[in-house]
Amino acid sequence: MLATLKTALRAIRRNILRSFLTMLGIIVGISAVIVGVSMGTGAKAEVDKQIASMGNNLLIVFSGNMSRGGVRGGFGMQPNLTERDYEALRREVPGIVGVSPEVRATAQVAVGNQNTSVGIWGVSADFAEIRSWKFQSGENFTDADVRSANKVCLIGKTTAATLFGEGVDPVGQIIRIKNAPFTVVGWLAAKGANAFGQDQDDVILMPYTSAMKRLTGDTKFRAFSIAAESAVAIPEATNQIAAVLRQLHQITPDKEDDFSIRSQQEMSDFANANNRVMTVLIGAFAGISLVVGGIGIMNIMLVSVTERTREIGIRLAVGARARDVLRQFLIEAVLLSVVGGALGIAAGYWLAPMLTKFAGFPTLISSTSVLLAFSVSAVIGVVFGFFPALKAANLDPIDALRYE
Amino acid sequence: MEPIIKLVDYRRTYRNGSLEVHAVRGVSLEIHAGEFVAVMGASGSGKSTMMNTIGCLDRPTGGRYLLDGVDVDSLNRDDLADLRNRKLGFVFQGFNLLSRTSALENVELPMLYSRPAVPGREQRRRALEALKMVGLADRADHYPNQLSGGQQQRVAIARALVNRPRVLLADEPTGNLDTRTSIEVMGVFQALNDQGITIVMVTHELDIANFARRTVVMRDGLVRTDERVTQRLHAPEALAKLEAEQKAVHLA
Repeated sequence: MLATLKTALRAIRRNILRSFLTMLGIIVGISAVIVGVSMGTGAKAEVDKQIASMGNNLLIVFSGNMSRGGVRGGFGMQPNLTERDYEALRREVPGIVGVSPEVRATAQVAVGNQNTSVGIWGVSADFAEIRSWKFQSGENFTDADVRSANKVCLIGKTTAATLFGEGVDPVGQIIRIKNAPFTVVGWLAAKGANAFGQDQDDVILMPYTSAMKRLTGDTKFRAFSIAAESAVAIPEATNQIAAVLRQLHQITPDKEDDFSIRSQQEMSDFANANNRVMTVLIGAFAGISLVVGGIGIMNIMLVSVTERTREIGIRLAVGARARDVLRQFLIEAVLLSVVGGALGIAAGYWLAPMLTKFAGFPTLISSTSVLLAFSVSAVIGVVFGFFPALKAANLDPIDALRYE
Repeated sequence: MEPIIKLVDYRRTYRNGSLEVHAVRGVSLEIHAGEFVAVMGASGSGKSTMMNTIGCLDRPTGGRYLLDGVDVDSLNRDDLADLRNRKLGFVFQGFNLLSRTSALENVELPMLYSRPAVPGREQRRRALEALKMVGLADRADHYPNQLSGGQQQRVAIARALVNRPRVLLADEPTGNLDTRTSIEVMGVFQALNDQGITIVMVTHELDIANFARRTVVMRDGLVRTDERVTQRLHAPEALAKLEAEQKAVHLA
């Protein structure tokens, strides 16, 4: 076995340039596998991070049915969730630790001579906790602020930087939203972009009562953010929420919901669907290049068998059995593809960070993909090396010895 | 005593499409241990075909061939390979050494395929011993392209001997060598034969055949004569004579 390996190594070394060119197909294919999978994994990790930044065990109730065919309302085209729904959910659904309604508006916000247009969220005091907002400084508004629709707000990092300058603590300052003065009580810590690429830090949060009364004039909510107490509690909480809302909205059993409940998991699945398409596509390209690489190996092994016909004859004459010759050439082919695979993995390790650096793709090389790539290269060696090896093994010793 | 090689009405017919070529048409031959047989004949006489059969590279299409009492016809490809490995040693006209492989590793080659496996150290020891028998112990790590034709053929002989075969088969072993080197190789053969090794050698040179003990002459697929060598040549004497002749030419 060791001698066979030595022979194979020697045969590969003898034609080092040819061996390398043969391996190139495998190197390209395997590095494509590594890089492609790393892009998929990297993107998924990024999305998971973003989804996790939305909060823990989060459920979102949207107004309008989004799973029905035809027009999809997106984030609730006609808000139909009410204050009464909110109170009922808070009171009646077990297994949840926080509920917050959402109203949204976009408004011009000014401080001194600086002004900007910002997305404003009207929420309850639970919201910061539900969505995992941390405070850089200051603190959350209170339930009392909500009850009396006080003119207080929390400001996101990007917005604060625009209005007050980078790194200036805005807590205690007054900002004018649609000309009404609001006091900044909390400075939110940065979250970065969400799964859909929006900057989550360009935001102002305020009591929903204040937003409805002073900014939008709305009386209904577009959504509720709800935190379940644990991941296990999510399915039951979902059922309970649906039951409560159906009852309040007087929906008979033969009618569909006029709201939709999405869990964080579903949102992450949705965001990852695009990544999966990309991963499959790159995987297909890598697969094609691996097949081409395998054919290259088969080709060169066939040449090698022809070139070494006499050697095979000598080996057969001194007592090598067909399976000895088969094994020799098979090991040579596997060695070619495995070395190619190893080089391809190395190339992938080198290329993936480059991709992140120069093209901005998040990449993450998983040990599973390395293991997979390595096994695939070995399998390619066996599959594409088998035919040439069989050809060698079935040579007639007399013809082989006479071959010029 | 049972002969090592026993051919009974041996025939070998090649089929080329609808054409049948009778390469060997009924040969009966017995070769006993310790013999040194030269098989002679023009090309097409069937001598190479017969050697291939004796060497277990090929099987008879008619008659029987028994090697060391075993009927080769009943064996499969792997069994034949095993027989070649254990009982036969080959020496070819073109040496057939593996290039870019040292003399020692060339000699070790048959042991790679021995079963039970020969341990690495034992392989080395036996290969060196075989090289010593042909007088090349000091060339063990030379590569074939660093050796003269005669030396290469001696490495090939060492390779043929390394598994202690029952028979050494040589196919035109001096075909590619000059007179002097040919005599040297015959000297190696005679020395081995004197130690009891059986040798069957194909040659078309009468001079070379006269180093053997027995000559078998073939023509048209049949044995025409089979006789003892009466005026046997001995390598040391032949070499001395050759040197004298060469010296004479110089002097003249």
